[in-house]
This record gives sequence, C-alpha cells and structure tokens, in this order.
Amino acid sequence: MAELGQYLVELAQDGLITWTEQLAAAERFDCTLAEVEEAALVQGILPARYQRNRQAISSAQQLALFKGRVAVVGCGGLGGYAIEELARLGVGTIVAIDPDVFEEHNLNRQLLSSPYRLGQAKVDAAAARVAEINPAVALVPVDAAYAPERAELFFRNVNVVVDALDSVATRLALADSCENLGIPLVHGAIGGWFGQIVTQFPGDGTIRQLYGRWVAGKGLEQRLGNPSFTPALVASIQVAEVCKILLGTGKVLRHRKLSINLLDMEFEEIVLDRQDAAVGQ
Amino acid sequence: MNITVRLFATFRFGRFASATRQYPPQTRISEIIRELQIPDTEISMIMLNGRHADPEQCLCEGDSIALFPVVAGG
Repeated sequence: MAELGQYLVELAQDGLITWTEQLAAAERFDCTLAEVEEAALVQGILPARYQRNRQAISSAQQLALFKGRVAVVGCGGLGGYAIEELARLGVGTIVAIDPDVFEEHNLNRQLLSSPYRLGQAKVDAAAARVAEINPAVALVPVDAAYAPERAELFFRNVNVVVDALDSVATRLALADSCENLGIPLVHGAIGGWFGQIVTQFPGDGTIRQLYGRWVAGKGLEQRLGNPSFTPALVASIQVAEVCKILLGTGKVLRHRKLSINLLDMEFEEIVLDRQDAAVGQ
Repeated sequence: MNITVRLFATFRFGRFASATRQYPPQTRISEIIRELQIPDTEISMIMLNGRHADPEQCLCEGDSIALFPVVAGG
C-alpha cells in the first residue's frame, strides 16, 4: 500500500486526486476504491469529490470520517436522507437496518423510494444508492427489525447510531441498547410540520425523558402523516450531529432537545436538566 | 394566581401557543390539562419551570408549564 500512496502523491494536483485517477489506481493496484480513498487521505490528499467539504472539513478530518462506522436504524423518511448525506459526506461504513420493503405511501417523502423500487427491500435500495453515489463507502444492509438482543451484533465497532425509527417502544429499546453498549445516539422524530432532535451520550438517559409520559401507541404523526420536507430537515440535523461526534468538534444537542415547528416556523431549544436523568427510567 | 401555559406542536391547534392565565391557588397541572381538553395519552413530556413534572404537582404563583405531544414518526 506504500506504493499506492506514493503513486497517488505523484498524481495529485493541488492536494486533490480525481475520480478517474482513483479508478485507474484501483485497477493498477488491484484494490478497492475504499482502499484508494484511504491511501489518499493518509497521504493528506483529498479525493476531488470532497473538495467542497474543504475549509469546513480538513483532509485529516475527512480521514476520520472515512474511518467512521455509523448505524442508521430505520431506512424510511429520516433514514433515507441520513444515508444519502452520510455517504456524500464520506463516512466510510454505514450499517443500514430495516425489515421493510417500499410501499406506495412512502413515495411522498422517502428519498430512496421510487415507483420502480416498490416492493424492494429498503436496505437493498440503500445499498444500490450508496454504490451509485459514492462507491468508496461500504453500506452494510441488515434486512431485519431492530431487536435489543441483536444490538451487540448490529453495532459491533459502530461509533454512532442514528435513531430513524417510527415506534416509541423500539426507540426506547434502542436508546437503552446504546446506553448499555456505550454508543452515542442521535435521535430524530417527526410528525406533520413538527420534529425533534436530541443527541444522547451513555448515561444521559435523555430519550427516556422525551417519552417520559408515553404509555402506548403512535404519536401525532399517525394523524398528520409526514410531508416531504420534515424528514429532510430533521435527518440533515441528525447527520450534522453525527459528523461532529465523529470529528470530536463543535457543540452537540446534548441535554437539550431541538423542537421544530415548521407551521409557525419556530426552532426552540428545550433544556433537559441533567438532574432529571432518571426521569422516565 | 398567574400561570403561564406553553403548548407545543398540535396542542396549539384550536388553543394557543402561550398564555398567562388565572387559576385558583393549589391548582394541579392535571386540572389545567383537563381544562384544555388534552388527552393524557397524547402527552409525551410535561415541564414545570424547565424541569420534568408530574401531572399531580400543585402550582404556585408565576409558575410556567409546557406540554409536549408525542412525536415519534420516522
């Protein structure tokens, strides 16, 4: 691989290497595009596809993203956008978990759905989409429902989990799993014009606080449905949180819920007092 | 006594976003919830002066409560 690195150094112009050159390098050294990308980033060379990340994200940070492994639980409204953005950002491995196939009522908002993909497994569509937009990213499709007893298997070596589920009971189980496994969790939930985002670190217990009075059933999304723009917005904020966690930079939504109301166009921060960590347990 | 009531998301429909209202002393949060005709099962989180609260808590002059509905779609 030292030879590959040297080859890329010689090819690079202004610290960038083009897609065509990456393809040629993969063929010449009989390796994957992911290996080419890693070898370039290790040399401080940026694949040209990420040149507009530069300034916001340095080459060294791009390497940290490439080494990142993020699980997206639920590949519907939120999950579809999250997977697209994580792949374009350059997160090296995405574990996509969902047992469902696309249905017609998904078409109004789920990015990975299309009439052509009706009946197709959502995780297969995710794999196809990521292979198309960024072949250096590995998408691991898990065509199964999230279950706490499989958390350790699903989340092996995972740095951050994205909660893109649609059931309170499963969200709480996921939050508990992440607490137990010591993994940060970026929670997003939507309904109609409304959404919320919280980032939970192990020991915070914040997701259980959000649903502290929940007893059973769905939320307001059951009545209001979900239009196209709400999942796009909330998933984008979730991905920004994931990016900062992977890079260890910025300030995340820890101990505070971002409450979004697109009808009145209000974004409000609700502080979740650290002393209330046991609420909802 | 004056109590500020803040409602989030769908709880505002047909009601209000925020209002300071008059209640008799010792009013409980649950009584305000009933008065506003908000079903208990739709409430995800109740906050009293920025801290999680129980519906049976009694309120004091100047308190501020916030009611959040369950949002769980993905």
